[in-house]
Amino acid sequence: MSTPTYSVLGTRPIRHDGADKVTGRAIYGADVHLTGMLHGAVLRSPHAHARILRIDTVKAAALPGVKAVITAADFPQGPDRIVDLGEGDTPLSYIRGNVLAIGKVLYRGHAVAAVAATNAHIAEQAAGLIQVEYEVLPCVLTAPDAMREDAPILHEDLETTELGKKSGKVSNVAVHFRHVLGNSEEAFAQADVVVERTFDTATVHQGYIEPHNATALWNEDGRIHVWCSTQGSFVVRDVTACILDVPVQRVRVTPTEIGGGFGGKIPVYIEPVAAMLSKKTGRPVKVLMSRREVFEGTGPTPGSHMTVKMGVDKTGRMIAAQASLAYEAGAYPGAMVGPGGMCVFASYNIANVTIDGYDVVVNKPSTAAYRAPGATNAAFATETVVDEIAEKLGMDPMELRLMNAAKEGTRRADGPKYRRICCVEVIEAMKNHPHYSAPLEGPNRGRGVAVGFWFNAALPSSCTISVNADGSVNLVEGSTDIGGTRTSIAMQAAEVLGIAVERVNPTVVDTDSVGFTGVTGGSRTTFATGYAAYEAAQDVVRQMKERVAKIWEVEASAVNFEKGAFSAGEKSMTFAELSEKLGSTGGPVVGRGAVNPRSAGGSFSGAIADVEVDPETGRVSVLRFTSIQDAGKAIHPSYVEGQMQGGSAQGIGWALNEEYYMSPDGGMMNSSLLDYRMPTALDLPMIDTCIVEVANPNHPFGVRGVGEANIVPPPAALANAIYRAAGVRMNRLPMKPSAIMEAIWAKGN
Amino acid sequence: MPGKVLVNTTINGEATDFRCEPRQSLLECLRDILQLTGTKEGCNDGNCGACTVLMDGRPLTACLVLGVEAEGRNITTIEGIARGSKLHPLQQAFLEEAALQCGICTPGFIVSAKALLDRDKNPSEADIRLWLANNLCRCTGYDKIVRAVQKAAAEMRA
Repeated sequence: MSTPTYSVLGTRPIRHDGADKVTGRAIYGADVHLTGMLHGAVLRSPHAHARILRIDTVKAAALPGVKAVITAADFPQGPDRIVDLGEGDTPLSYIRGNVLAIGKVLYRGHAVAAVAATNAHIAEQAAGLIQVEYEVLPCVLTAPDAMREDAPILHEDLETTELGKKSGKVSNVAVHFRHVLGNSEEAFAQADVVVERTFDTATVHQGYIEPHNATALWNEDGRIHVWCSTQGSFVVRDVTACILDVPVQRVRVTPTEIGGGFGGKIPVYIEPVAAMLSKKTGRPVKVLMSRREVFEGTGPTPGSHMTVKMGVDKTGRMIAAQASLAYEAGAYPGAMVGPGGMCVFASYNIANVTIDGYDVVVNKPSTAAYRAPGATNAAFATETVVDEIAEKLGMDPMELRLMNAAKEGTRRADGPKYRRICCVEVIEAMKNHPHYSAPLEGPNRGRGVAVGFWFNAALPSSCTISVNADGSVNLVEGSTDIGGTRTSIAMQAAEVLGIAVERVNPTVVDTDSVGFTGVTGGSRTTFATGYAAYEAAQDVVRQMKERVAKIWEVEASAVNFEKGAFSAGEKSMTFAELSEKLGSTGGPVVGRGAVNPRSAGGSFSGAIADVEVDPETGRVSVLRFTSIQDAGKAIHPSYVEGQMQGGSAQGIGWALNEEYYMSPDGGMMNSSLLDYRMPTALDLPMIDTCIVEVANPNHPFGVRGVGEANIVPPPAALANAIYRAAGVRMNRLPMKPSAIMEAIWAKGN
Repeated sequence: MPGKVLVNTTINGEATDFRCEPRQSLLECLRDILQLTGTKEGCNDGNCGACTVLMDGRPLTACLVLGVEAEGRNITTIEGIARGSKLHPLQQAFLEEAALQCGICTPGFIVSAKALLDRDKNPSEADIRLWLANNLCRCTGYDKIVRAVQKAAAEMRA
């Protein structure tokens, strides 16, 4: 198969919003300023689990400058129903209860009431004057504890869904599912080497630098306008409309520039609160979260308790695998254990697999997506076990992986059979990378590897392209741009139209101005909104061909379009020349693209990590790190590299430092960026990247989403490197100095 | 609450005065009173560096300085980094090296890096990493930021 040649794809243009973002001109959510605007503040629960007996707002309301005080009682409380939160269906009651607590608080930081005042200081002061009487209840903080028979129950009406059926049993386990392929029990009996290990990972946060924000105006005409930093403007529109019980037509959401999300800015928290405060006051209201509120009141990613067992024959062929994954959903069901179950053995071709997943509620913030949600936890377990099997067999860990790599036609235990995938190519690229064979000398040093998979989301996207008389085009889309997607989407339109990407003006617009577009998440934006832009550009070309046909008096089917020029026989006209003539040949040309791709096609990623472990302190230094990933087709290679480097850095932080450090009564003890220790520039080396390109059959340019799979391998790669450096197998994240020292001491005894 | 205080200062080379409450941080004064919203808030407790500005050439987090402390000082914010309509070499290098993704930390990084390059025309990678450890970025893994600063430094030496 010949590789297509492109003139725009694969180049590295400067992003369209670049000048605004390096000069401070870009408007993020917190920068929104409306005339007559008030400032809001939210009162949050000091308890991890408590019944709300009474809320007294009299003192708060009496403070000069306070304009409104609201609680859950101010919101409509219609019957429950299922709503789509952007990456899946959720009961409205859970979202509603998380926005402002109803009856009970389920975690420290759970929103209880909110205030609007003339400035933020008064609002904060007034929130402190709201008196709430609680009946404190015992709390439960981890999945194993929450699954005990005598555990405190979070939701008295939560019936466990056991293997697809309502069990009639009330517990903290919302769902227990099982995937079965072949017969793993029988197959284990045939295995020559079996390794079974149990792992625990801590709750970690996405850690975007911009706190959540929302500004809302409930206008006199009943229309609601919300400005906020969100990964999904249509999710905010739909969920806000549900919570406020108004038709979606009355809600318009303008997505501002967004300061990071990583999945954490899909859920709705303060948008409906700002809207209700606006309704009560008749003025626009801006609500900003503090950093502590971000940690304590928004969705981190689940902590987990996992057991993985794998068996191979003496040649190294994997013949059986079992996993038990218990993920902490936080306060409301939805722990991303489903994706964990899809990804846990996704890199391998194994005929006999059993996977059990448990979605467990605990008294911590309701979890949200975080970059390949659920997959990183699972890969930490699987890839550590695979490493140990390679050691027992005396095999090179890359050879073992290559021998068992999933390929086209491999059946995953959760059902799907792979189309063209790139697991083998990624593993080969790792094996052949100079990093893998480079000498690593010196004491206390080790190298580790791991691979990971993320299935990527497709979801609907819309786009329109209108042609300007000078041959430039305006591209309108609904995907929030978190990492340069305006440009990677515009590049796909430019490629089709045969024009320079600088001749495309991409704009992200509000929900009244573009067709439905799913979240900027699931690695889908360059894939799906890029696909919509491709379709819109094709529509422009079709219409332009008709104009050419009219001018030249030929059939439209006789008109060719190549490299930005229309031709028929001897005649030729450039895109720009024709653009000038649109007015006189029928009026403006507007192309539209609306797609809902059936499947995104997943992405595989690998990591090679060199570490040095200080045997005196347990501190791990990352000496060298390489990220390898399949991009299908890298539209803008710098942005692909950036995703790989960013995902690697987050994976390194997750592996070595980050955790919700909880007190026994459910308080997060490290809710600041000083104590929640994300990697700084000083903690990391340069992060090498190696982009593998295996065209995705689900996309016209072969694009695969690259946002997520890269975070999956780092914790396991580091654990395997630490083993070679210090001789200890780590089964717990984070692998912080104290944990490493404990493991070293335990080995010594 | 005591009344507002008049503060006379210089911001981005222009004599500027504003009235603020004594409790208001310089960050609030810049963003809410002067509408200089290029300086960002990420944590409001001095740990993320998104609000880095220069005070008499020295980088500091504007959230940990009171507005009244700007009296008589010379403040530089991200809005004052470009030279007229021409981007500063750091700004240009951040664009060319794709050193930003979401961009929320970018103003703080550019202001911090400018303070470094004002002091040291040829910093090593280790120097850059140590200096920029005051600024958190969650998107890039710092690789492209460090390279952009190296590129800008080379550009400025040329």
